[in-house]
Amino acid sequence: MTATTAPASSPAVPRAARRAKRRSTALGLLAWAAGLAFCLPALWMFLTSLHAESDAATNPPSLFAPLTLDGYRAFFGADTGVTPWPPLLNSLGASFFSTLLVLLLALPAAYALSIRRVRKWTDVLFFFLSTKMLPVVAGLLPIYLFAKNTGMLDNIWLLVLLYTSMNLPIAVWMLQSFLADVPVSVIEAAQVDGARLPTVLARVVAPMAAPGIAATALICFIFSWNELLFARVLTGVVAQTAPVFLTGFVTSQGLFLAQLCAASVVVSLPVLAAGYAAQDKLVQGLSLGAVK
Amino acid sequence: MTTAVGTTPVSTPQPPAPAPRKGGGKAWATRAPLLPALVFLIVVTQLPFVATLVISLFDWNSLNPDKRSFNGLGNYASVFTDAALRDSVVTTVLLTAGVVIATVVLGLALALLLDRTFFGRGMVRTLLITPFLLVPVSAALLWKHALYNPEYGLFNGALSWIGDLFGDTSPSQPDWIADMPLLAVIAALVWQWTPFMMLILLAGLQSRPAEVIEAARLDGASAWQTFRYLTLPHLRRYLELGVLLGAVYIVQNFDAVFTLTAGGLGTANLPYTIYQTFYQAHEYGLASAAGVVVVIGTIIIATFALRVVSSLFSEEANRA
Repeated sequence: MTATTAPASSPAVPRAARRAKRRSTALGLLAWAAGLAFCLPALWMFLTSLHAESDAATNPPSLFAPLTLDGYRAFFGADTGVTPWPPLLNSLGASFFSTLLVLLLALPAAYALSIRRVRKWTDVLFFFLSTKMLPVVAGLLPIYLFAKNTGMLDNIWLLVLLYTSMNLPIAVWMLQSFLADVPVSVIEAAQVDGARLPTVLARVVAPMAAPGIAATALICFIFSWNELLFARVLTGVVAQTAPVFLTGFVTSQGLFLAQLCAASVVVSLPVLAAGYAAQDKLVQGLSLGAVK
Repeated sequence: MTTAVGTTPVSTPQPPAPAPRKGGGKAWATRAPLLPALVFLIVVTQLPFVATLVISLFDWNSLNPDKRSFNGLGNYASVFTDAALRDSVVTTVLLTAGVVIATVVLGLALALLLDRTFFGRGMVRTLLITPFLLVPVSAALLWKHALYNPEYGLFNGALSWIGDLFGDTSPSQPDWIADMPLLAVIAALVWQWTPFMMLILLAGLQSRPAEVIEAARLDGASAWQTFRYLTLPHLRRYLELGVLLGAVYIVQNFDAVFTLTAGGLGTANLPYTIYQTFYQAHEYGLASAAGVVVVIGTIIIATFALRVVSSLFSEEANRA
């Protein structure tokens, strides 16, 4: 795109090249400005989380107020004794175990849809995808009634099962496209040596597709960690997850903005870390594997 | 119901299956790894929906459990005549259309800016995807309290600053959420979802055949001509994919509406209204009928989405 490769034979060309270069620099600056503008609310949240409550809620804003960790201390219950650890650990547990279960179910399924393919494998793939299009809210009531009657309400294992079903289609699609890149000859060689499917998956397929599997896991983790509707309806005091805790956190009285920003930063940190780590594969996961 | 959606768009030429039937046992051995996932998914996602269909035919309020009775399509008549539910249909359409259109336009502009080499490109991309990587509840709380708040939010703070700069002692200080509730929800969602559109469209831009663009440039095509006649047609299916996936995700949005306005001020979309109908009003039959209506609406969008995915998918398969 840049004009630096244009041959500089006539005097007119360098001028055009200079103009193209200036234009390119301007567009680069514009991209930087857009990036910063988009990130600004998030940066503002981070800055506010480091301010004292009295500096956080001023108009006009106090940009250069002294920094403090009081907001974080307050969020972790320094004054009230209400600790956010149980909801954070619930979220961690629900996200971790559902991601694990998703991988255990999706890896063999992806194998049957990409390496040793079942007949009509594209139909099966699209069936997986179509369940993702079914609005969550449509199945919420029967799941609630089921949980109520079986005593599963307020239990993170119910969330583990639901998050698994929520992420399974995404994982099958992503893993299917990653496993398709594993050379069949390697797998056949392992099978000739008499290895059974679980061994082949664990010893041959998984190591070769490791980056793809990791990206899939991170994306499933993000979606589980973010989920609010199921968690809000199906959990109470014991199994409350971090997003539910956040929504209830707001009702506090008086100045709470720094504390709230600190809370939002803490709850978002795992997602930010996972998201930056999986950055390159993020589109593939979000577009359900349609875009590579 | 969803099975029907799943099977319609698949008219892709099927590559010969590598494992042809060599007797039933062999076929089942091939299918076995697939079954746990398939069975799990059917049990957890399809069965509840069947139950919703059944419940939607009953007049059932859990506060009054003895009066449960078969109601035929009565709940569906209520869905379409109930003013609150009808309003939430309109809200859902406005919210979804507003967010999708704005994110596609912004996402395309950003993708075009990023589809060039410049200093710090990776860093700018990281900055741009940050909004998408905040927990949706966190993002909604950030907008509600740190940005929109009429007394100390950043928006009104910035207005004070600018007013100060021009010697205006009483700059306007709108109450953003109260004055423009739906726009406030849309703006917060646009901020979170633009990175999603940008990433899809950027992937589309980067899959353009470089030789064709180079040839057009050598033939003297202007930047606009290249964009209009080469880039845009190539992007068409990525745009479709972005629009449809965006629509499927935004139609279902609950977090932003719940956190920003708690469904007040005319911002209650269908998912929120259904949540309220069943969780607070305990109208199980009515909530289920509304749920079925959302599913039918989503299936209409989803059928198109699946068709687009399927055409991109077969293209990938052919290229491979």
